[in-house]
Order: sequence, then structure tokens, then C-alpha cells
Amino acid sequence: MPLSPTEQPTTHAAGAVERLVRDDLDRKRFLKMLGAGGAASFGAFVIAACGGSSKSKSTSTRTAAAPTSGTGDVAILNYALTLEYLESNFYAKAVASRLFSGKDASMLETFGAQEHTHVEALKGAVQKMGATPAVDPGGKFPIESATQVAQLAYTVENLGAAAYLGQAAMIQSKEVLATALAIHSVEARHAATLATLVHKPITPDGAFAKPDDMSTVLAAVKPFLS
Amino acid sequence: MSHNPHPLIDAPATATPATAAVEVRGLTRASFVLRGALLAGATYGAAAVSPFVSHALAAGEGGDLEILNFALTLEYLEADFYNVKGRSLHLTGEARSYATMFGEQEQDHVSALTKLITSMGAKPVAKPAFAFPATSQSSFLALASVLENTGVGAYNGAAPALQSKEVLAAAGTIVQIEARHAAAIDLLVGKSPTPNEGFDIPLTKAQVLAKAGPLIKS
Repeated sequence: MPLSPTEQPTTHAAGAVERLVRDDLDRKRFLKMLGAGGAASFGAFVIAACGGSSKSKSTSTRTAAAPTSGTGDVAILNYALTLEYLESNFYAKAVASRLFSGKDASMLETFGAQEHTHVEALKGAVQKMGATPAVDPGGKFPIESATQVAQLAYTVENLGAAAYLGQAAMIQSKEVLATALAIHSVEARHAATLATLVHKPITPDGAFAKPDDMSTVLAAVKPFLS
Repeated sequence: MSHNPHPLIDAPATATPATAAVEVRGLTRASFVLRGALLAGATYGAAAVSPFVSHALAAGEGGDLEILNFALTLEYLEADFYNVKGRSLHLTGEARSYATMFGEQEQDHVSALTKLITSMGAKPVAKPAFAFPATSQSSFLALASVLENTGVGAYNGAAPALQSKEVLAAAGTIVQIEARHAAAIDLLVGKSPTPNEGFDIPLTKAQVLAKAGPLIKS
């Protein structure tokens, strides 16, 4: 909820984010912080907002595999970062394939650029929490025809949206949560757009989106990890 | 239309015992006052609601229940928009099929939020009367874009303030659908499906009310 001007945030991030979105200028600043060029400032913001180290004190019960290295919010951020790398790399290959033209090609380029801004934002967030970002896993994607690539993009975006949804309730920092939510709804927009391209459901799970847990998602992307 | 159960809200009561413990916290005096004021203010539109109400909102009281009742108001609005206004305009083609599908889904959101608020021991806000300034298919779609995109911003803006993780998870299952709706509508009217590129902007309650308030008539 928005704070009155004289109130200090009781949780470090909520008030800061609320103040950020309070007016147009701040909204642009919020966007800038999350954008490709703003990863460093986003991270600095997280540190400042949290009054110091943002390292989670909780321990994760999950085995620390490479894509999820770290604990708590760092693990979640690195997990998201891995997925964003895969999406970004996939779109780059799709565009380079020249299988698409016109509006479709333009859409793939745009979505790929947006995934890249997600990579930068998440990388910066992990670094400023004093942790090591997951490495770019590269990725091997079948690129055979426009129809097949568009279908794969639809599948990947739905998976990405489900992945963010699956983590939302476990994020501890309100700042990290705000970022995850800002990305989550964009992945959903991507999925819906690709749905119209491949004539698949805009809402494949009906009125309520379904979350996927980390092991489900990692198993699904395993074939693409080279 | 068939009822689409919500995977979290329609789960057996024993599955989410934590939710029951959360409910009472939201019923502060300020939120009672606020709720009444919001309903009264809705009669006169958003302009009449401030400054008293916006101060109460700014004070951050009311907790999860206030957020949920605000979300319920927006879902009532969207459901009415598609199901009542949409039908009255005799839409064609994709506009018609979207309005039918999205209208059903918004109604499912109404049902789920009503059930969730009730399960938390609180009273769901009553359905307001609405007036939508759309007289053609194109003005309908333009307003649909505004409403869906505002809905995304509303949920994303409110979610970090939620105290219950169960409520947050439920909100997440809904906001994703609003984002899908928004993209589909935006594409249909020739706009970018990602109006803010890679990151959707969270909105404050005041910003949401600025868009939705004028449509609420009672």
C-alpha cells in the first residue's frame, strides 16, 4: 500500500518501490533501473533499500545445482536468470535463422531484446546481493521451420511464466518480488502473443494460471542445456 | 457457463490453514471506514474519494483483505464490461470471441476472490453498478485494453504488500491471466502486446482508481 509522505517503510523494499511508482518521473526511473543499462543501479537500489546486505538468512532445502546456486532469493534469482539466458539465446537463434519475415520476425526480435533486459536485470540483482550470477548456459534449440520455432517459443514462454508463478510465494525480498512480478506478466504477454501466431490457446490453463515448481521446469529445459 | 475451480482457493480447507490465521488482521477500524468511504465515493466517482480516502490508503492499513476487496471490485468491473456491455454491443469476430472467453474468466475471478475473502472470515465487497463509455466495437476494444493493462498494474502494484503467501500465490494465478488478456486485446487493436517492453509497471491504488473510478457508479 502507498505510504503517507512522513511514514518510513517498515519493510525495506515495499516503501521504496511504492515511492518509485508514485509519479511519471519515478515510473521511468523504475523502468530504467530494470532495463539493460540499469542493472547496476537496480542492484544498488536493492542494497540501499534493504539497508545493507540482502543475503537471505534461510537455507534452501533444494540441492544446489548450477542453475540454482545460492540460497533463498539468490537461488531464485539465479534460477530465473538461467531461464532468461535460455530464452534470450533461443530468440537470438530464431532471429538468425531467417525463417521469419515482416511482423513475425520483428516480434521475435523484440521479445528477444526484452528477454535480454531480463538477463541484465537479474544478473545485476544477484551481483549486488554479493553473490555470483549463474553462467550463461548457452542452449541447443531445434530450429527447423517457422511453425516449429513459433510452437517452441509458445511452449517456452508458457513455461517461463509458470516458473515465475511457481517461485513468487517463496521470494523474501519485496524488491525482488516486485521485479519478478514485473517480468512474470511480460512472459505471459509473450505467451499470449505466440498463441495467436500458432493458433493455440491464449489461456491454456483457463481462468487461473498454473505454477510450475523448480524441478518441473528444470526437467523441461534439460533437453536444451548443452 | 461451467465453474472453473481455482487450484488454490478451491482446495480443501485443511490445505491452507495459514490463511485462516491471517484474516482478522485486515479488519482494522481504518479499513472499515475506508470500505464505507470507497463505496460512498464510488457514487460520485474517483474525484470525490480523496483526500480522506487516499490518506487512509496511504496509511497502509487494511492488509490483505483490503487488497482482495479492491481486486474483487476490479474483477466485478471487468466481468460486467465483457459480459454485459460486450453483449449489448453485438461484437463480431475476434472481439466477440475474446469478450465471451475473457468475460467467463473474469467471472471466475469474481467467484474465486469472493470465496477467498469469505473463507478468511470477512465480507466481500458488494458488486457496484458500472457505466462504460463504449458505443462501438472499436471503443469497446480500446477500453478493454485500458482495463486489462490497468488490472495487470493493479495486481503487480499491490502484491508485494500482501502478507499471506497463499493470497500472493492466488493473486499470481490471476494477474498472469490479465496479462494474457491485455496482450491479446492490444494485438487485436494493433498495439504492442508489451506496452512497457520487458517490465510491466506496478500501479498504486490511486493510479488504478484514476482509470477505474470513473466507471464505478454505485
